[in-house]
Amino acid sequence: MRGITKRYPGVVANDHIDLSVHPGEIHALLGENGAGKTTLMNILYGLARPDEGEILLDGRPVTIAGPSDAIARGINMVHQHFMLVPVLSVADNILLGEETMANRVFLDRNEARRRIIELGQRFGFAIDPDVRVGSLSVGWQQRVEILKALYRNARILVLDEPTAALTPAETEEIFAVLRRLAAAGHSVIFISHKLYEVLEIADRITVIRRGKVVGERDPGATNEDDLAELMVGREVQLVVDRGDSHPAGVELQVSDLRVHDDRGTEVVRGVSFEIRAGEILGIAGVAGNGQDELVEAIIGLRKPTTGRVVLTGRDMTGRSPRALTSAGVGYVPADRHRFGLVLPFPIADNLVLTTYYRSPFAHGVVRDDGAIEQNGERMVHEFDIRTPSPTVPAGTLSGGNQQKIVVAREFERDLRLLVLDQPTRGLDVGSIEFIHRQIIAKRDAGVAVLLVSAELDEVLEMSDRIGVMYRGEIVSIVDGRTADKEKVGRLMATGAQLEAAEAAGKAASA
Amino acid sequence: MDVISILYGIPVLGIVFQLGGYLIQVVPTSAPIIMRSVPPLALGALCGVMCERSGVVNIGIEGTMLASAFTAWVVGIGMADVMGHGLAGPLGFTIPLLIALVAAVLVAIGISLLHAWLSISVRADQIISGTIINIAALGVTGYLNTIIAATSPTSAGAFTRVTLPTSVTDLPGIGWLLAALFNQGPITLSVLVLVIGLQVWLFRTRWGLRTRAVGEHPKAAETVGIDVVLLRYRNVVMAGIFAGLGGAYLSMEAGNSFQANMTAGRGFIALAAMILGRWTPIGAFLAAVLFSLFQTLGQTIKFLPPTGDLTIMLQAPGQFYDALPYLVTIVVLAGVVGRSIPPAADGQPYEREAAT
Amino acid sequence: MTVTTPASRGRLRAAASQAWGAVALPVLSILLALVVGGVVILVSQLLEPNGSLNPIRPFEAYRSLFLGAFGNVDNVVETLVQTTPLVLAGLAVAIGFRAGLFNIGAQGQFTLGALGAVIVGVALADQPGFVAITAAVLAGTLVGAAYGFIPGFLKAISGAHEVVTTIMLNYVANSILAALVSGPLKVPNSPSPVTRDVGNAAFPILIGTDGHLGLLIALVMAFVIWWLLFRTTRGFEIRTVGANPDAARYAGMRPKLITVFTMSLSGALAGLAGACVVLGVTHKMQSSFATSVGFDAIAVALLARSNPLAVLPSALLFGAMRAGSNRMQVEARIPPELINVLVATALLFLVATPVLRRVLRMRGARPVTDATPTIARSYGGSGSGPGVP
Repeated sequence: MRGITKRYPGVVANDHIDLSVHPGEIHALLGENGAGKTTLMNILYGLARPDEGEILLDGRPVTIAGPSDAIARGINMVHQHFMLVPVLSVADNILLGEETMANRVFLDRNEARRRIIELGQRFGFAIDPDVRVGSLSVGWQQRVEILKALYRNARILVLDEPTAALTPAETEEIFAVLRRLAAAGHSVIFISHKLYEVLEIADRITVIRRGKVVGERDPGATNEDDLAELMVGREVQLVVDRGDSHPAGVELQVSDLRVHDDRGTEVVRGVSFEIRAGEILGIAGVAGNGQDELVEAIIGLRKPTTGRVVLTGRDMTGRSPRALTSAGVGYVPADRHRFGLVLPFPIADNLVLTTYYRSPFAHGVVRDDGAIEQNGERMVHEFDIRTPSPTVPAGTLSGGNQQKIVVAREFERDLRLLVLDQPTRGLDVGSIEFIHRQIIAKRDAGVAVLLVSAELDEVLEMSDRIGVMYRGEIVSIVDGRTADKEKVGRLMATGAQLEAAEAAGKAASA
Repeated sequence: MDVISILYGIPVLGIVFQLGGYLIQVVPTSAPIIMRSVPPLALGALCGVMCERSGVVNIGIEGTMLASAFTAWVVGIGMADVMGHGLAGPLGFTIPLLIALVAAVLVAIGISLLHAWLSISVRADQIISGTIINIAALGVTGYLNTIIAATSPTSAGAFTRVTLPTSVTDLPGIGWLLAALFNQGPITLSVLVLVIGLQVWLFRTRWGLRTRAVGEHPKAAETVGIDVVLLRYRNVVMAGIFAGLGGAYLSMEAGNSFQANMTAGRGFIALAAMILGRWTPIGAFLAAVLFSLFQTLGQTIKFLPPTGDLTIMLQAPGQFYDALPYLVTIVVLAGVVGRSIPPAADGQPYEREAAT
Repeated sequence: MTVTTPASRGRLRAAASQAWGAVALPVLSILLALVVGGVVILVSQLLEPNGSLNPIRPFEAYRSLFLGAFGNVDNVVETLVQTTPLVLAGLAVAIGFRAGLFNIGAQGQFTLGALGAVIVGVALADQPGFVAITAAVLAGTLVGAAYGFIPGFLKAISGAHEVVTTIMLNYVANSILAALVSGPLKVPNSPSPVTRDVGNAAFPILIGTDGHLGLLIALVMAFVIWWLLFRTTRGFEIRTVGANPDAARYAGMRPKLITVFTMSLSGALAGLAGACVVLGVTHKMQSSFATSVGFDAIAVALLARSNPLAVLPSALLFGAMRAGSNRMQVEARIPPELINVLVATALLFLVATPVLRRVLRMRGARPVTDATPTIARSYGGSGSGPGVP
């Protein structure tokens, strides 16, 4: 790929990027979230068209019209969020779009089964083609996605954050598969933001930052610090000085909590921790390790199977959201469009979503519109929500301002406990800074704060104590002042204790 | 027989067993009557299966069938007027009837295209879109029917039934089943073929696989290069054929004329059959047979009166048996819906990946 | 603000164009429907014996329609009488939409509400009017509420979608009506099954020869429902559940309870509509009740964008069409079913509003079904899983 440039409104996603990949090479594309890696690969896979630049296959320029065209040329992509149909079998999922036919009309499932088993064996795993994909573990679904590509005679395999949801053991297994693929002459492009993985598996590394290529490295000639510096750059990050915390009595006590997700899988597996008034407990962890369900169980949107949630000495396990919000709990949800806001409703209504039934916003059954509007004006001003008036629908605001509505509403109440789940995801720098300052202010006022975030920087910056959540368990809790970014990052990605992680790293490179 | 007497004797549950026993006893003789109610329900359900497996909810099957029934009647009259009846081929096929059948199916296809457009391209709420079709069909057919009926038209006739030789129908054990299934007119006979055909198509062919994927996880289908929008359009339009046949059946095989609001809710019962049949063609067909059983129960008890505790059934007013299929539908829906899972993307409008 | 700044002028213009957009498109849909109706009239002429294409016919038809609705005082009163049940049934459907529910069962609730009113009215036919009327109206409303409760309850506990269950219940209601009027309620020795007269339970006449109490009831209810929906906490809950059931749960509301409540309320309004028709116009019931109120109510609610106050003019439009159709039939010899065609076509254009907008290059955000949150979302099984309260 030469000089690839792609612009979206307001941002240059790819800025004259050059990338070259050789046959049999595992090439890592390293960069932070939003650096432009996925956009580049979408272009390669035909899901987007470049504004400038060209793509050459075997030295010849090509135009890739769409995914089927890319597949026909031997380019296959395994997306970060699996594109598998849960109710269909492995074989059916692999066949989809590239159906092996017995004749003009009927599918040839026997032939497909044969080929799938054979491909699996060739690359080191045994798979049952008739199993329903929905019942497979994440690691095995990953393998099915890879098989999908191989079945189509992929020459180039693009993997977008493939180890995001894998255990360390599964990661090693996938790496073994990738090495065999490379040995067989396939090329692999491995998109990631995990430094140590990239060092372990890649033959060459290209680092992208803010849409530009900032460096190319050979793994033997670099280390994590060098890569980290390239990835993140030397700009000074604005860090809010959070000062010292003065924790008082225990506000929240979670004991041995177990929660299931909508599909019935246990995703919170015996979590216990406590938070004191006036301190911030940050829970770091890659999204999807049970954090959302943990938070939903604490706030009353989801019933835990066992375990207890005790707030200021009162057992609130399994109580309704209204009971919890009345008891002084504030909640900033991860999915603000789902739990946080009613988008078609005016901002003022959203601001009283949890208090609409109480005085002064209602007297008995009748709402007091004047009070609601007044409150709306005041809070819009106080929280600097950019809007022409509090009567416009919340859906017309930008993401940052929408989040400010949620924050404003939750922070307004008399709080004992504040629960925030990914509070600054997708927001601009200004909004992020504002919200962080508000959180610290609450902490200083004596509120216990539970901050769940997949952004490691945010957790490190804000937390007095840091817990790492991995596969439904809190792996360890460390002091925020002495926590080391690398250490916590490793915990997030591997879930093992530090020493075990280092040992595993040594063994793999041996 | 002792076991059965004991079962019948249990209070409360005994009635259920007796009812079951009665129904089993009655089925062989009433099977032909039951089968005559099946085609609109089964064909409507097949239409529903094909649409919903692709991810499009189609509440407008009722209106589509009504419009087809009307079209078949009107075109038949018109053609019979213009060219006379002509020679009758096998199963009563005449040229006017054939043209009428084709016209009915074409109208159904047209209506389905409208629903497809509203659901897929305009992305309107699919249930509202279907309801509008129902209202429109009711209105237009009612209006035109009033005008045409005033002219005292002569119908183009109806299809006739196959008559199997008695050597077949007298076979012990399955004779009655063969008679019920095959002593029928062309549209009914086609139902059996279509049910099996659709079942095979949905689960054994490439297009069936793609359809199912699109109905469950359209994004995944898009990423392997399937055109979700085109596939949905195609399937909804083709599904119209089933509804067209179902409607034509009412005015061309079950009878030879049209009455206002002829479909009387069959399109919705068909949807319940689809849900009960777990969105499979064969399941929907069997469910349609079950609903037909209840639809004809009122007639059945007249010529095969139940005995014992069940004689109370004879005393229920006629309107109870009119209402029975609808009541059964409600009970079935309330009992089954939670456990019968529709295609995951059913009813959700799809936005294409911005291929910029 | 006495001084208009450029910014405020811009805001005013934006608001005006939004208001224009809100009204213009429904009006446009009606006009287009009239055009399509005209075409249908022209085409249907060919189906008549000795049919010839008379291009004046549609205009004659519409002229009769209009005069039939508004030509003289009696006609206007008749229009109001036809509008009354449409207001109430339209409110029923509208409030359902607000909660994300599609109450197509207004027809059945209407029928049974009328039946309930008749039964009580006949029983109290000799009591003082005040007592009889109140009791009969209450009976109709409660029966309607009960008949709305059933599908609401089924949906809450099993997820059975109300679209199919309410339509089934419509047919069941017809059977119940037929069974009761042909059976226990029947006046002995009458040629066709009919109930007794409701006597003192009949509504007093307020205007003209036919304008009965129901007019007032309908008008009042429109304001009551508007007040309920926008000025009370319960109304806020209904709207929130319709707009975002998940956020509603977080806010402490109980979506299932709201579903049951709203369907019951919707049924009550439809039942009240039936009671008004039977107590105000017919004063007795026959074994079948042919009425288009159920479907018309859907059109009324959609045209009014589920706003209770807008239901008034919306219902008036459809009521005028129904009232005028008599004269249209007599003078221009057009069957009254044409109105069904007009209603359906208007709905079609309303739903396709985004397309219309694009064609006419108008600004403005959302389709008419926007106040009607995606109902199809709840089709086919409830959305809750294990552990979700």
